[in-house]
Amino acid sequence: MKAKITITLKKGILDPQGKAIEGALGALGFSGIESVRQGKYIELELAESDHDKAQSALRAMCEKLLANTVIENYAIELA
Amino acid sequence: MKSAIILFPGINRECDMQRALTTVTGSAPLMVWHGESALPKVDLAVIPGGFSYGDYLRCGAIAARSPIMADIRAKAAKGLKVLGVCNGFQILTESGLLPGALLRNSELRFVCRQVKLTVENNETFFTNKLAKGQVLRCPVAHGEGNYIADEPTIRRLEENGRVVFRYAEETNPNGAISNIAGIMNEAGNVIGLMPHPENMIEPLHGATDCRPLFESLKVAA
Repeated sequence: MKAKITITLKKGILDPQGKAIEGALGALGFSGIESVRQGKYIELELAESDHDKAQSALRAMCEKLLANTVIENYAIELA
Repeated sequence: MKSAIILFPGINRECDMQRALTTVTGSAPLMVWHGESALPKVDLAVIPGGFSYGDYLRCGAIAARSPIMADIRAKAAKGLKVLGVCNGFQILTESGLLPGALLRNSELRFVCRQVKLTVENNETFFTNKLAKGQVLRCPVAHGEGNYIADEPTIRRLEENGRVVFRYAEETNPNGAISNIAGIMNEAGNVIGLMPHPENMIEPLHGATDCRPLFESLKVAA
């Protein structure tokens, strides 16, 4: 089973990298960008075939290591 | 005073810390590899600076989950003193021993320069030889030292004297909230800071402002 995890900074946490990208896009002439937030994307191949078990294992992985929940949110997508 | 320095792959300030502890406290620290599951009996565990695991995932994230950290967490709960410097501070926040997190510097650059620190609390194991409000020159060298925590946490830190060091005289190099450079846990036995006091203790460092911090460790032991 394939899992995709997207990790993003929580609302209200300043994202200087997103800001720098936003500035660079503006400098290239792209207009109308209201905000840019940069995150992380992690792909995992799992041996587990049970959807619910995979989901709960992935949630534990995110809570324990993949995301720092002080500053980040995570979203899990199972294919 | 018996101390141990914890080594992770990618740590590079362990020799500076070893020298500071040895020359100032008169007692050489043990060097303990991260794969050990038990910390030898010591009064103080020090997590030095560097780039553990190449800062992969997040600074300090992988080191914080290593076997030795589980034992340090358990012993810190029973009063073991723990000091984390730079990457060591990041590892302590990632391991939950200290609150908050350290984000990318607000100007996105790695900063390597001298800053000034105010000693905000001089009743800790690392600051008892200094005066409250004393200003120290100290080097910093980091890309992710921008301290942040939610508002109730910041309020608790401020109200309980848990902000130990603050960047002084507009030398905040990273955008840290309230100029916070170093904090301690509620019990006062875990301290983390971004600057490198171990690099400001000998005349060849340019100044010895931070030597009394290491002298404080002798009193505390």
